Amino acid sequence: MGYLDKEFTDSNIIVTNLDALLNWARLSSLWQVGFGLACCAIEMMATSASHYDFDRFGVIPRPSPRQSDIIIISGTVTLKMASRVKRLYEQIPDPKYVISMGSCANCGGPYWDHGYHVLKGVDRVIPVDVYIPGCPPRPEALLEGLLKLQEKIRNESRVG
Amino acid sequence: MIKEFVSEEMVINMGPQHPSTHGVLRLEVKLDGEIVKEVIPHIGYLHRCFEKHTEALTYPQIVPYVDRMDYLAAMYNEFGFALAVERMAGIEVPPRVEYMRVILGELQRIASHLVAVGTYGLDVGAFTPFLFCFRDREKILSLFELVSGARLLYNYIWPGGLSKEIHPDFVRLTKEFLVYFKPKLTELNRLLTGNKIFIDRTANLGVLDIEKAINYGVTGPNLRASGYKWDLRRDDPYSIYDKFDFEIPVGDGAMGTTGDCWDRYYIRVREMEESIKIIEQAIDNIPDGDVKSAIPKRIKVPAGQLYTRVENPRGELGYFIISKGANNPFRVKVRPPSFIHLMLLDELCRGNLVADIVAILGSIDIVLGEVDR
Amino acid sequence: MADTEFIKSVTDRFTLLLGEEKASQIVITESPFETFLTVPAELISVVMTELYDNPALGFDSLVLLTGNDEDDAVKTKNDDGSETLTGGNLSVVYHLESLPNRKKIIIKTIVPKANPEVPSVTPLWVSADWQEREAYDMYGIIFTGHPNLIRILMPYDWEFGFPLRKDYQNPEFYQGIKVPY
Ligand code: SF4
Repeated sequence: MGYLDKEFTDSNIIVTNLDALLNWARLSSLWQVGFGLACCAIEMMATSASHYDFDRFGVIPRPSPRQSDIIIISGTVTLKMASRVKRLYEQIPDPKYVISMGSCANCGGPYWDHGYHVLKGVDRVIPVDVYIPGCPPRPEALLEGLLKLQEKIRNESRVG
Repeated sequence: MIKEFVSEEMVINMGPQHPSTHGVLRLEVKLDGEIVKEVIPHIGYLHRCFEKHTEALTYPQIVPYVDRMDYLAAMYNEFGFALAVERMAGIEVPPRVEYMRVILGELQRIASHLVAVGTYGLDVGAFTPFLFCFRDREKILSLFELVSGARLLYNYIWPGGLSKEIHPDFVRLTKEFLVYFKPKLTELNRLLTGNKIFIDRTANLGVLDIEKAINYGVTGPNLRASGYKWDLRRDDPYSIYDKFDFEIPVGDGAMGTTGDCWDRYYIRVREMEESIKIIEQAIDNIPDGDVKSAIPKRIKVPAGQLYTRVENPRGELGYFIISKGANNPFRVKVRPPSFIHLMLLDELCRGNLVADIVAILGSIDIVLGEVDR
Repeated sequence: MADTEFIKSVTDRFTLLLGEEKASQIVITESPFETFLTVPAELISVVMTELYDNPALGFDSLVLLTGNDEDDAVKTKNDDGSETLTGGNLSVVYHLESLPNRKKIIIKTIVPKANPEVPSVTPLWVSADWQEREAYDMYGIIFTGHPNLIRILMPYDWEFGFPLRKDYQNPEFYQGIKVPY
């Protein structure tokens, strides 16, 4: 009949601890907020599209933050945008993770000096888990950043 | 007689986080039922102070910032800026550089239009063209990577020349790409252009007539879609575009009215064909020479002001440079095509359905990095 | 240059239209690359309407509207070493183009920082709408008669001045967020 039945009849039982199971489930389907900010967003789009295929790591862009697990801050955050980014972050249900993609989101990037309207690092408004350097980071770098985030989740302990 | 039904006006906010606003654009939409009464775009969420930066940096240092304005057509932005500086500083560039610039510029036009077309399909509900277009765009990006080392923002065209010698494989790979890409356009046409659902969704929608277009300052593909033959590559020639033979496609209302969304979409597909023609004519004739020979050690621009414009994939991109004779410009003002085109949105959306906003916005093809700078 | 001749013919037209005395305020300025007309702000409406309406000129497209800080304020040193700026001018540059006649013309107007008022040209060219708002946003030039002159790129509640003016100082904090690096 169903898939699971067969699993059990074949005695394919896996013994693991709850932490590992939860973490595994969590890290394998990281849905991201479909949200692009600047040039880096184009690289993020390229990562989701054919050739790099973000989907194989379980990352699917969701239009609503309320259905997502991670947010990738892909680009320059301006002062006008800062409060909106914060709001988006707050709308994501826990557990949530933040990837800061590109120099702009990390620290203001090329606009650090004369950018009177640029937020010098998104970590001034929301906490960040993974920083990806580059301007823009290559899709490979973004994938690497995601793997780092998965590693972080894998080592978390929530049950006890 | 039935009394006319009056519904309450409703205000809806679209964005700044919205999948089809192509970036951080916020639209305040006033609705009467499903009918749009007014669209007020709120911009500035990506204002990165480009013009302030230019005042503090020297001319070569500005090039990377120019890239980051219209990040889908970075090569062309550099092209325009280099041209502006060269005209003011009186730098003659070698023919090899001119040829390379045209080839790269046209490749960039194809790449940019591919994104426009692909995301437009996405906006109106067709997912596959997006993947197809991005697949082909990837190939262009790898060509750019070959010559410049970067995929998106190149810093390759410098005032006076190119930053690196052309990779020996570039010519061969570009030719291979052209052979590969031509049938893909037919594929795209079969998949999207003639698709009944797509036509129903876009034809006769958001019609822009010529007079209005000119008064709104519309340029580029959007103006041509309305049936006005105006292309700076022809009408205000720069670089070596006068050496090449290519058509300027204009919209003719093949599926509905001239200047509707479908025309604006299709004009881009046809422009890609023309770009291919230009590249084919140029690629075999790249002269020998040194691409760096004309790059000055220090660029000093005599005092004065000059407005230089080029035909960016999105329209007329102009740089208005005021120099006081120093190492850095006194003022650089950009004429961003997207900024000016976005003013159209309200006009085109009025009276249409909510769902059409996305279709119209997609057809204007804006890049927020350039709208806000 | 044919360009100069054309500009000359335009100024002659204004002499007819406005009379000698007023038209003499419209000056042909030659800069090394571009020749432009300097028009006092009071005359902008008349001049622009003529350029737009007259079919012989037919400037149907406003290509670019630029706000600009002339940076000619007089600096005086205070006793404590700080500097005070007095006076100074702002300017607006209009690049107009006539698509049917294939002509271009550049108009410039200079206004004092103390009272930077220029008549709006939005009623003639819609494309001026946002560009004027931007010039207001960046330089604080007030376009009288503009339908909706509010900030466009900077936040609506930005109260720290006009960022592209040469004497602009960036604030330390905005909405509790530290601004400098
Ligand atoms: S880090 Fe570079 S590529 Fe990314 S948003 Fe900033 S300027 Fe653009």
